[in-house]
Amino acid sequence: MHLHRLEKTWLGIGITMLALFLAILGTMAFSMGMAPPSEHHHTVDPRKVAETAPFDRPGITQVGDKHYEAVMVAYAFGYEPEKLEVPAGSKIDFTMTSSDVVHGFEIVGTNINLMVLPGEVSHISHTFDQPGEYLILCNEYCGTGHEYMKTTIVVK
Amino acid sequence: MIPTFDRKDGKLVLAHVLFAFAALLVGGIAGLLQGLVRGGMVTLPANIGYYELLTAHGVLMALIFTTYFIIGFLYSGVSHTLGGQLRPAARKLGWTGYLVMSAGTVLGVIVILSGKASVLYTFYAPMKASPWFYVALALVVVGSWLSGFGVFCQYRRWRREHRGKLSPLFAFMAVVTLLMWQIATIGVAAEVVVQLIPWSFGWVDSVNVVLSRTLFWYFGHPLVYFWLLPAYICWYVVIPKIIGGKIFSDALARLAFILFLLFSIPVGFHHQLMEPGIGGFWKFLQVVLTFMVIIPSLMTAFSMFATFEMNGRAKGAKGLFGWLRVLPWKDVRFFAPFMGMLVFIPAGAGGIVNASNQMNAVVHNTLWVTGHFHLTVATSVALTFFGIAYWLIPTVTGRVLTPRLNRLGIIQTLVWCVGMLFMSGPMHIVGLMGSPRRTAYTTYGDHPDAILWMPYHVAMAIGGTILFAGVLLIVYNVIALMRAPKGETVYPIGEVAEAAEATPRYLERWSVWIGIAVALILFAYTIPLIDMFRGVTSPGFVTW
Repeated sequence: MHLHRLEKTWLGIGITMLALFLAILGTMAFSMGMAPPSEHHHTVDPRKVAETAPFDRPGITQVGDKHYEAVMVAYAFGYEPEKLEVPAGSKIDFTMTSSDVVHGFEIVGTNINLMVLPGEVSHISHTFDQPGEYLILCNEYCGTGHEYMKTTIVVK
Repeated sequence: MIPTFDRKDGKLVLAHVLFAFAALLVGGIAGLLQGLVRGGMVTLPANIGYYELLTAHGVLMALIFTTYFIIGFLYSGVSHTLGGQLRPAARKLGWTGYLVMSAGTVLGVIVILSGKASVLYTFYAPMKASPWFYVALALVVVGSWLSGFGVFCQYRRWRREHRGKLSPLFAFMAVVTLLMWQIATIGVAAEVVVQLIPWSFGWVDSVNVVLSRTLFWYFGHPLVYFWLLPAYICWYVVIPKIIGGKIFSDALARLAFILFLLFSIPVGFHHQLMEPGIGGFWKFLQVVLTFMVIIPSLMTAFSMFATFEMNGRAKGAKGLFGWLRVLPWKDVRFFAPFMGMLVFIPAGAGGIVNASNQMNAVVHNTLWVTGHFHLTVATSVALTFFGIAYWLIPTVTGRVLTPRLNRLGIIQTLVWCVGMLFMSGPMHIVGLMGSPRRTAYTTYGDHPDAILWMPYHVAMAIGGTILFAGVLLIVYNVIALMRAPKGETVYPIGEVAEAAEATPRYLERWSVWIGIAVALILFAYTIPLIDMFRGVTSPGFVTW
């Protein structure tokens, strides 16, 4: 099909930029570890969350120097455990699931933003360099008390 | 005098258009209230829930207003360009589709307003609504299929009677739009009929959540192209005629539509980037496929401005931008869609951010996303549809647009743009700051970060109020169009520029394009789906 000369230039520039952009995204995702949270094959029976390890004991445990593991359960309308506290500079590995409907897990002021699905286990890690009280909220509509669903992480 | 539009077909078109604007009015009232609640300006009486309103707003605006208007508009163009009237079979399918969809809509609205389905228009399992909500959705989808079959029927008969001839551009584009709709709605139909209806009636006790979300988004992204393509039909086919110019290239217009058919479906994972249960490779693959639609979008932008510039130069415009001055700025039939085109530039750029794999974490489920689709569907598409109404209603009812209504139309367009600036602008900014979408008024226990969002929420409420004035004005204009003076309005269909190349025939070889579309879908979805079938299931919950 014949294309106008100017249109060829226009599309050429556009497609080149697109290819470059996708190459950067792909490199970041697959060789620099900056991929969206995509764990799977870590399923848990949503009816038995409270009896299934590690979700039978939600909480935060130290696993190394300034390195913590937080096991969390999202439910309508809150998170377990209710409060998390770590020293500044700590890295937290979050492991979580939902014991009822779909929830969100967003830490305001960070790039932590993921979905929590019943039956699936979500993982994400973040290093909290700045002290403060970080707001964690549910950003996926989950029912009538959705706007009250939140918790905090205190970084000292 | 012979009417310029078949009167029987006109009734079918008008029925769709009026239903659409009725949905816009009711959805607009819900939207106004939501904005005021979220801005902390009003509190709802105890018997009205925020999320009921949100569900009604989403369903009525995103599903009902759009689908009815689109089907009415496509039938009008198909009737006009494929023989001047619908065949009895096509017209009958159009009316049957209309009745089935309307039955679904009425049932759905009753269930939503009675508080039995506050699950929003995405109805994510395992939130379990009343089974009648899902039945209502199924009726709307099945009705839209019947309407689609009517258009296919008209098109096939025309081609059989005009062997070897190129079909009219409008009809070709209508067929692409509805083909995409048929292929995409298979996903949501499977979700609703196979998973949700048996589960909500209690015939099965659990539902595969990851699978249901995937089937929904297999449909959910093409849905946005189903809104957009009819607006593109107006831009490609109607606008050149209204400005007194020619279509830049018939072949490129068709190629762009074929590319939309191929690349708007196998891309649903970019709505699921932040969730578990889907491998990172498959997410990235669908991100790449998503971005392929940038190519036809760039082609469309080029064609539009080429049409404007060629038209201006033909009228003697000088200088680099002199052609801008000769555009009919005071004609609402041009001005409203043109503002839609302008808004589509930032809207499209925002969409690229949303689909950018890991970058989605910054904006996922924040008000940024709400701001984004209020630019795309609620401005680019809605303003184009409004612009269409100013000639479509007079054409099908045998009336004429008066200068007064034209002026009111220009005002309505400006009101809409100002309202959207105040609403969507703050939504984008406060979304980047983290404020979640789909959330009633809250300060999260007066958390300092959430308090900082409040001024933006107030601005959104002001913008929403201005937009509601815009809704009232367009509804008034539609009613006034129905009472406009009698006369004949010609259906504006553009002609192709003489210099344009002939259209290659392979663009109309449907088996090839449908085959490629299906192959791409199978490529993008088969392995992840096999994986999902092995996933666990969840019981249902009523959390509202």
